[in-house]
Amino acid sequence: MLITALSFPEQLVLTLAALILLSSFLMLAQVRLDSLINVFALQGLLLFAATVLMAFISGKYHLLISAALTLFLKVFFIPGQLRHLVVRLDIHREVEVIGNPSLIMLFAAGLVLFSYYVALPIRALSLLSTRNTIAISLAVVLIGMLIVISRRKAVTQVVGFMSMENGLFFAAVVSTYGMPMVVELGVAFDVLVAAILFGVFFFHIRTEIGSLDTDRLNRLTEVER
Amino acid sequence: MTALGLTLLIPLFGILLLGGIGHWRCAGGVNLVISILTFSTALFMAIDVFQHGPILSAGKLFYIDAFNVYLILLNAFVGMTTAVFSGPYMAHEVEIGRVDDGRMRLYYSMYQGFLFTMLVALSTNNLGVLWVSIEGATLATVLLVSRYRTRESIEAGWKYFIICGVGISQALFGTILVYFAAEKTLSGQEEGLLWTVLQEHAGQMDSGVMALAFVFLLVGYGTKVGLVPLHNWLPDAHSEGPTPMSAILSGLLLNIALYAIVRFKMLVDPALGSHLAGNLMMGFGMLSFSVAGLLLHRQKDVKRMFSYSSIEHMGLMTFAFGIGGPLATFGALLHMIVHSLTKSAIFITVGHAAHVAGSQAISQIRGLIRTQPLVGWGLLIGTCAIAGFPPFGVFTSEFLLFTATIKSYPWLVLPLVVGLTVAFAGLFRNLQPMVYGEPPAGQQPVTANMWPVVVHLGLVLWLGISIPTVLSQWLNQATIMIVGRGVL
Repeated sequence: MLITALSFPEQLVLTLAALILLSSFLMLAQVRLDSLINVFALQGLLLFAATVLMAFISGKYHLLISAALTLFLKVFFIPGQLRHLVVRLDIHREVEVIGNPSLIMLFAAGLVLFSYYVALPIRALSLLSTRNTIAISLAVVLIGMLIVISRRKAVTQVVGFMSMENGLFFAAVVSTYGMPMVVELGVAFDVLVAAILFGVFFFHIRTEIGSLDTDRLNRLTEVER
Repeated sequence: MTALGLTLLIPLFGILLLGGIGHWRCAGGVNLVISILTFSTALFMAIDVFQHGPILSAGKLFYIDAFNVYLILLNAFVGMTTAVFSGPYMAHEVEIGRVDDGRMRLYYSMYQGFLFTMLVALSTNNLGVLWVSIEGATLATVLLVSRYRTRESIEAGWKYFIICGVGISQALFGTILVYFAAEKTLSGQEEGLLWTVLQEHAGQMDSGVMALAFVFLLVGYGTKVGLVPLHNWLPDAHSEGPTPMSAILSGLLLNIALYAIVRFKMLVDPALGSHLAGNLMMGFGMLSFSVAGLLLHRQKDVKRMFSYSSIEHMGLMTFAFGIGGPLATFGALLHMIVHSLTKSAIFITVGHAAHVAGSQAISQIRGLIRTQPLVGWGLLIGTCAIAGFPPFGVFTSEFLLFTATIKSYPWLVLPLVVGLTVAFAGLFRNLQPMVYGEPPAGQQPVTANMWPVVVHLGLVLWLGISIPTVLSQWLNQATIMIVGRGVL
């Protein structure tokens, strides 16, 4: 099946999927905190657009509620709160050193391949668009995890964590037209609470160790020192 | 039905009430009263389910059957007995100036919040809501773990937050995949996450998607169970938080994550028609069991040591559910009960011991049996019980697990025996000086309420000597649900 055989809105969804994946790579490479938060908001916006589009393709208009939640949480509330926090903690100009960036990018590319390797053989994913989008959403989740693992700043780890949520949300939207409403609302509530708690934690970490480098949180270990 | 509603609404009300008055002197008592009310309604519900079979609530959002009802009862019970201990414990913490008013409000409010999310997780019929409430349980407890605001506790809280958050995201991906597979099979989309609906159609779901989903679910919820190699957060979170929290984290939260895995296994097995899910669980279970046993030897903090013992036991249960026969499943269900009761009793005792010694370091805790015999004996008997000595209940369930293993996988008994011996040695080399050693000069007894410990250990002893018919019938029903055949 060729990509041109798909209807125009479906092609558009695939393009958005590609852009969402691209924004994950941008986050992975971004070293400045304020730009990182902007890219994260951009990913939220792309997600919002994809959700609205899916709502009209499928005629399932409850997706518009999820889209509105995404717009509020992922584009305005969380990035806004993060910006506010980094300015208050006076770290918005800080540049984070990434050890071996090219290796990490290559690894992320490998994760995309791996996601396709996992998703492609599944017979139930017969539609071309779902195959692609499931693989891409899995890749977004895994790259989000890579951001959490490879970075040391608490703020960046939070952005990676939230970007994983983006990938999960995208998977739900494109494969099953969203989850049942009660679950969507529950997940949104959890994300909201998590975002607030992260803010609280930034201040605690800052007060305790004087910076937001989480690799200085290293007291609890089984290794003898 | 009404009992179910009340069981969930009472703790919800408790969150709001204690959020307002948690700093009052009587807050510990209020917390206890709320927990007793929750337990009574849960007991009422359990009797109802026992007599009339499973309850499906209107709107199909909640479903109570033999498998989750006994866990709900266990949850409410340990929540209640821990509340007995928590009141005086927190009062002592206020006295020595470790906490202020705001933190007390947060503590009591989140104590109820934690119980509420766990009860929702157990009683819900919707697998998405299950995920939401297990994540909710993490969020409710994360600020309690970091509550003392020391460098270590902040680290523990952050690790707990990030590792559990990232881990449990994988479980959501798995849940989405299950929903996706269900949507292909079922026509009605809105019901694709309801467990009762999925179970009816489990055999028809696409095996490829379900296998992939189970891997994600096992990694996700496995993080929360504390399976090696995703266990790093567990000893930190359990050792740095307030002791009543350690008791319910170790005793209850881990059970619920395991409960989620077993629920999904029940869906995946018919879809796959193979033993893949079981094999994965056996592998991770055995690994956790062995590694945690070894790490017991290296511990310097008494709460950390017992956290590793929790990982060890959760590994054993995961392994047993993985084997999957009726006997192993029955044993694992029993082990869930006896482990929860024993472990929360131990944490309560350890909390008192730490107050006696003024420290959680094993090297600082000495001669408990001379300073305060009740605490010393509590710790000694509790540890004997958890190490699997007869006549305690842990011995019974472990014996059943061994019997089941010999039947299905004889050569796996060897690592099990070695693991248990290693764990036993690890526990007792540390326990010996804490209980019998020379007490430091001037060590004074503290006011300790040992009733919860006595009741818990009494129950474990009772379960070891004879399992009441009601309970064995109950567990048998649950076993029939999970593997299709009973043992009785």
